[in-house]
Amino acid sequence: MFIKDLLTAPVLGFALALAVSMPAAATATPAAGAAQDTGAEIGKAIEGAADKAAADVSAAAEKAAAEAGKGAQAPAPLAAAAAAEAKSSSTADHSKFEELEIDFKSGPEVTLACLKCHTEAAKQIHKTQHWTWEYTNPDTGQKLGKKHVINNFCTSVKSNNTFCSACHIGYGWADDGFDFSSEANVDCIVCHDTTGTYKKLPGLSGHPNYETMEWPPHSGKFRPPTDLKKIAQNVGPTSRKTCGTCHFYGGGGDAVKHGDLDSSLTNPGRYLDVHMDSEGLNFTCSRCHVTDEHEVSGSRYKPTASDEKGARVPGSLDPRNPTTCVACHGNTPHPDKMAKLNDHTRKLACQTCHIPAYARSTLQTKMSWDWSTAGKLDEQGQRIQLKNSAGKVVYDSKKGTFSYDRYVVPEYQWFNGKVNFTLFGDKVSEDSVVKINEFQGDANDPDARIWPVRVFRGKQMYDKGLQTLAVLHTAGDDDAAFWGNYDWDKAMEVGMHSAGSEYSGEFGFVSTEMSWPITHMVSPKEDALECEDCHSDAGRLAGIEGIYLPARDRMTLIDTIGFAVALLALIGVLIHGGIRAILAKREG
Amino acid sequence: MEKIYIFKRFERFWHWTQALLIITMMITGFEIHGTYSNLGFERAVEWHTLAAWALITLWVFAIFWHFTTGEWKQYVPTTEKVEAMMRYYLTGIFTHAPHPFRVTTLHKHNPLQRLAYLFVKLMINPLIWATGLLYLFYSSWDKWGLGFLNLEWVATAHVIGAFMMLIFFIAHIYLATTGHKPMSHIKAMITGWEEIE
Repeated sequence: MFIKDLLTAPVLGFALALAVSMPAAATATPAAGAAQDTGAEIGKAIEGAADKAAADVSAAAEKAAAEAGKGAQAPAPLAAAAAAEAKSSSTADHSKFEELEIDFKSGPEVTLACLKCHTEAAKQIHKTQHWTWEYTNPDTGQKLGKKHVINNFCTSVKSNNTFCSACHIGYGWADDGFDFSSEANVDCIVCHDTTGTYKKLPGLSGHPNYETMEWPPHSGKFRPPTDLKKIAQNVGPTSRKTCGTCHFYGGGGDAVKHGDLDSSLTNPGRYLDVHMDSEGLNFTCSRCHVTDEHEVSGSRYKPTASDEKGARVPGSLDPRNPTTCVACHGNTPHPDKMAKLNDHTRKLACQTCHIPAYARSTLQTKMSWDWSTAGKLDEQGQRIQLKNSAGKVVYDSKKGTFSYDRYVVPEYQWFNGKVNFTLFGDKVSEDSVVKINEFQGDANDPDARIWPVRVFRGKQMYDKGLQTLAVLHTAGDDDAAFWGNYDWDKAMEVGMHSAGSEYSGEFGFVSTEMSWPITHMVSPKEDALECEDCHSDAGRLAGIEGIYLPARDRMTLIDTIGFAVALLALIGVLIHGGIRAILAKREG
Repeated sequence: MEKIYIFKRFERFWHWTQALLIITMMITGFEIHGTYSNLGFERAVEWHTLAAWALITLWVFAIFWHFTTGEWKQYVPTTEKVEAMMRYYLTGIFTHAPHPFRVTTLHKHNPLQRLAYLFVKLMINPLIWATGLLYLFYSSWDKWGLGFLNLEWVATAHVIGAFMMLIFFIAHIYLATTGHKPMSHIKAMITGWEEIE
């Protein structure tokens, strides 16, 4: 742009003149410039490498699509799977392995075959959060992870393992008796399948169906037995699809839980995610969630809210979590022409401007969940399901009332990476909104940035006597599971007992909020926020405290006095001039 | 009717360029302040910054010019005839009383003008300069050891400077019409030649 070009020119041209009055400015500028140049070079190098990789990948993808036979007619998941396969640079073709020439009867049998060569894989998995569903936050000492946290979706894994384990990378976690030291129980396939035919079904404790099975239940549709041999012979690297098998469907369905993660990211366009763009950079999840010894980096339990150290160059011995924008882009990612934007990185997370909204595909994400209305049945005593115009369930006897939205503008708040959870046993009451997790940080905290946040609001069960969030036994074939029996007290008793507590006999509902930093669905730069989205009276950061935000903030007293005096001056000169004009006219 | 040459070419160039830049900065500045929305925040900032650098450059030249030509003496304050000037603007101007001050090449500003312009040069301008540059280099404060500053106070001081400039601007434009004829002063500022009685 013309103006932007001009902007930098005077700065340089006048440096000499300025040197007299502002030596600090003159000396500081070259240093800042040099730092930026380095950043820019790294950026360019990354871009170059990425471009090349993207070109390779898209060429491979095209080839794969063409080979898929009918070209454009090939169903998307198939094409994706083929692309994933084609881009593999693996030195091993698993379909040639004798060890996999077996008609496997179960998942663990496949795992044992995998472990014959990949001898350390299961041991590595055993150490990961994906396996333990447990994480101790070093800052707070809180025991977190799916095993412990009560959320405001399905609320708790405890007593519901047979269903929840459909997203556990193991086989057979049905109850507390699960053997976490068993190597055979590790599910290699769920992350490494490339056929798209592997599906762990809720109710089977993490197993896929080995026999023909009606799915979804009572649908009249039947799933054939899982072809484990074919799957085992076609394993490959993880992909957006394999990670998405669980992470796109969190909360019980596509797009439900996260909003910035849903099945539209399996093959997203550039608009939806500039990095994962399947015809562009085509990042897999693990491009950012760099994984070593099966330990996947980047955690929502202890996110990296600010990354002061800048780009993490290959070869760096710095052990820090690299799953940040900054890890590649550095802290001054904008070109010199937009240098002012680089100043913003001291206060803002990149995501704040670069993810203007989440749930930007056609899929609606869930915005609220009210359990207090659950359990109503129709006149025949049957389960009720009501749907909205988009076909999404807005009431379900099993679960209560939901609301949904798309193109959701995040909420914004200071966040320094520290999160406090309200866990089982922590006191809660109906008088205030219970923060399932609470982001820490404020304007004075050097580690805090303003983050876009998804806040999920709910109303859920708590034990009135114990004043704690409740564990409800929802899923299962027994006569206590809420989903099927609709008996709150029975389901509470079993649920609370599974958490090691006695049910007080009285339950109620508390309002809850759960928060996620929004970090996926990064828009292309042309869709980033405009200045006035925040620099205005009722902008996106209207509720952010502790900073002076030009155009939002002003001392109203100064404005009132300033404009009043200016107005008086104007009136004064108009009167003065008016009298002169009248007199002049009279004198003619 | 007598005419004398009081504003030299550089002075006129300086005055009108400065006028244009200050008007630009007031329009864009109050938008950045959030008083209204016009160009959009980003473009307002761009124009404001561009005009600021241009004005700073102009001032550097103007200061050089004032000292090398000795014209700075035009702003040496005097209390002589200040009261007479005030009285003139309050009453005399309406009754065609003689102007208490006679413009000469060596004394081209009346005593009130001297005081007003001196105030602009020594108070309003430095306030706007200093706070504006600090505002512009906000992210370098820590590096420069100015971490104790607070953006709200710097911005507020800048706005106070802007209001003083706005008030000066209103009065200045009006008083420009109080010459021998309403357009006399303005013509002088354009051509350099002032008509006097």
